[in-house]
Amino acid sequence: MELDIVELSRLQFAMTALYHFLFVPLTLGLSIILAIMETVYVMTGRDIWRQMTKFWGSLFGINFVLGVATGLTMEFQFGMNWSYYSHYVGDIFGAPLAIEGLMAFFLEATFVGLFFFGWDRMTRVQHLAATWAVAIGSNLSALWILIANGWMQNPVGSVFNPATMRMEIEDFGAVLFNTVAQAKFVHTVSAGYVTASVFVLGVSAWYMLKGRHLQLAKRSMAVACSFGLLSSLSVVVLGDESGYLATEHQKMKLAAIEGMWETEPAPASFTAIGFPDQEARTTHHVLTIPWALGLISTRSLDTEVPGINELVERGRQRIESGIVAYGALAEIRKARSLEKAPAQARELFEAHGGNLGYAYLLKRYVDDPADATPAQIQAAAWDLVPHVAPLFWSFRLMVGLGFFFIALMAAFFWQSARQRLGQPRWLLWVAVWSIPLPWIAAELGWLVAEYGRQPWIIEGVLPTAVAVSSLGVTDLLITLAGFVLFYSTLFVVEVSLMVRAIRKGPQPEHGPVAGPAHHTIAAE
Amino acid sequence: MILHELIDYETLRLIWWVLLGVLLIGFAATDGFDMGVGMLLPFLGRDDVERRVMINSIGPVWEGNQVWFILGGGAIFAAWPPLYAVSFSGFYLAMFVVLAALILRPVAFKYRSKREEPRWRAVWDWALFIGGFVPALIFGVAVGNVLQGVPFHLDDDLRSFYTGSFFGLLNPFALLCGLLSVSMLAMHGAGWLVLKTEGAVAARARVVGSVAALLTIALFVLAGIALYLWVDGYRVLGTQDVAGPSNPLYKQVATHAGAWFDNYRAYPLLLLAPLLGLLGAGLAFVGLRGRWEGIALLASGTSIFGVIGTVGVSMFPFILPSSSDPRSSLTVWDSSSSHQTLFIMLVVTVLILPVVLAYTAWVYRILWGKVDEAALRREAGHFY
Repeated sequence: MELDIVELSRLQFAMTALYHFLFVPLTLGLSIILAIMETVYVMTGRDIWRQMTKFWGSLFGINFVLGVATGLTMEFQFGMNWSYYSHYVGDIFGAPLAIEGLMAFFLEATFVGLFFFGWDRMTRVQHLAATWAVAIGSNLSALWILIANGWMQNPVGSVFNPATMRMEIEDFGAVLFNTVAQAKFVHTVSAGYVTASVFVLGVSAWYMLKGRHLQLAKRSMAVACSFGLLSSLSVVVLGDESGYLATEHQKMKLAAIEGMWETEPAPASFTAIGFPDQEARTTHHVLTIPWALGLISTRSLDTEVPGINELVERGRQRIESGIVAYGALAEIRKARSLEKAPAQARELFEAHGGNLGYAYLLKRYVDDPADATPAQIQAAAWDLVPHVAPLFWSFRLMVGLGFFFIALMAAFFWQSARQRLGQPRWLLWVAVWSIPLPWIAAELGWLVAEYGRQPWIIEGVLPTAVAVSSLGVTDLLITLAGFVLFYSTLFVVEVSLMVRAIRKGPQPEHGPVAGPAHHTIAAE
Repeated sequence: MILHELIDYETLRLIWWVLLGVLLIGFAATDGFDMGVGMLLPFLGRDDVERRVMINSIGPVWEGNQVWFILGGGAIFAAWPPLYAVSFSGFYLAMFVVLAALILRPVAFKYRSKREEPRWRAVWDWALFIGGFVPALIFGVAVGNVLQGVPFHLDDDLRSFYTGSFFGLLNPFALLCGLLSVSMLAMHGAGWLVLKTEGAVAARARVVGSVAALLTIALFVLAGIALYLWVDGYRVLGTQDVAGPSNPLYKQVATHAGAWFDNYRAYPLLLLAPLLGLLGAGLAFVGLRGRWEGIALLASGTSIFGVIGTVGVSMFPFILPSSSDPRSSLTVWDSSSSHQTLFIMLVVTVLILPVVLAYTAWVYRILWGKVDEAALRREAGHFY
């Protein structure tokens, strides 16, 4: 791989985003589980539920700070590494980010202080309200960031303004109620709930195997497997697939996930296993399930799912249309505004402006898209195909894990319903060893969604390659090395503290009145 | 949607310029004392108990305060996209250092208390120092560079190119502004410690805070003189269309000695901003000496308001002047979001910000009271 600015910027974004997303899913789910546990405490008044809330809360805290800390990078990275992107779409993309800060981060960050420090300063109900505020805040932040991300995948409600050379908002409602964003939100928060459920289940199972903290472990398990069963069903059933037909490139992503090169007559079959070959533009040794893909992705029997070859051909046509738009735009910019531009240029831009982004795909090959040869146009059209094999396998692994979580949660739920939590022992071991799996599934999900979006940063509007900042390779190497080093250190510290806190288990409470308080000052 | 026509573009731009100031001041006035406490931590806290007193005085609130910084980033992105795009990619390595320092802070707060070994705690103490001192210094240095103009230009596609270097940022005037920023936040942090703690820590904070207040006055005056004598300001040539499209290249700009004082000549009332910067710091000094702790903290907040306000008012309508290609400079009238986005964001802000301020006030009220050794013992279960 050539180390150019685009590749380095992508690598840095992938690394910092994947790292951030190690902490976010657990925060999303555990905050809700904490709120559920404390609700039970407030309703029943039984101290064990308070201890549970505090114990899982302490693990929540260790995880939460790194989510916050690594989120700082995310908020500023667009400006640092993706400066042309920031200029080009800030008018739309910036809004949900700012609203996220205002509506979600303040709520979550202000009340998380009360969650930890406020136990003896408020009534039970007030403290419960603070805990719910944290849970609602973190989930609202997921909503706004996925509205932003959904717009990148399906850029609705906006229009290009030649005078400012950027996309500007036209219909904010369309951005809010973007179908891709809605599908992503449900899918992502459900994945977070599964992550937290598996975490609580696994740690509790470990306590049971060691014969420690049985009361806490059993109750935590019951909460985790009920919540986990619902959310693992939701994450699979309400998966992302429903959004995959919304746009042209989502179709490309779907075709790549399927390794489906040719369009199949409806309803398309689902490729369960196969070996995609990008060079030969085919998928070898396929094992298919008839009708399944058509049913999953179109929810019908008669809608066609287009294959990669057909989508590339459509892309080629759009690139040609984009070249016309690019030429017309040059005319319009000479006149400085749409109104003063020659009528012919205006009409051309009106007809072809929607494909302007496709002309930018040629920037890799020529400075002025008008000079592109047919061979270059063909090459640019084939750039529309993401790397098929990683998507194909990531998706299958993710879906496989999704079904495994349903089975795991259902097994524990069944044992819980029969009052037999804690048996058989092998099932407990399965739960313990399953702890890392939701993270793997979540990271694969990110990969499918974002890697599968290439070559676009904003689908059909702006290719990733033209979105970067004008930086030097050295600058990027310094920050990339810095982040890798810094983040790796923090990760080691975090995991060791987490393991230590789990080993130590729930601590006896230090109440203001009674109890073995006055432990030592340095206890915490 | 035509609702946004209710407020004209010019007014919205002006409102968002004010809101940009509100955000920066909100950040400096709330997270500022957290950073101040952080940078004073290794010096004012002589043992672990004292340091824990200091840390727990901001323990429950720093996280909410830090959101002002994150929101600042988001709001600049939403309301001033060219500013977001040009400044953060231009100040690239400086931004990286700020981020690294600020990432250390949450981690240090939470993880310091998880182990008892003195070496472990000492490491995180210095992390908290870095997390307070470094951002304060760099923010000041950045403002110092903005006042002098930043070497960047825009091409016809409005892609920005930064042509300066990281070490070029560290020029004498910028470093002076950096020191001002550090002393201002040290004053604010010390003011907070005097209010929230007792005994030895409070006594030391009182001394350091009053020194920092005097230093803030001296550095602010010095920076003003240097700005007048050695830093050329910028002027837009002719009149700029205040409701025109956000394209900086549609105007002409020239540098001119003393141009950063134009606005005060035209509207002498604006001199209130620098005056508040000085009087606030002066009153903070008096409050700290005279044991009016509440007033001292309010006064240092006022000083922060005055100092940041002075920067904004002096430069108006410029937000980010360009030294290498003046016409690329970003102004209030040519680097905002669209009319509709500014309107939508204003509605959202007007609806939500009061709620945020209300619950933040409630949380501060719940957490009211001094933090001392007894409190550490009493609340051992959940203090850092």
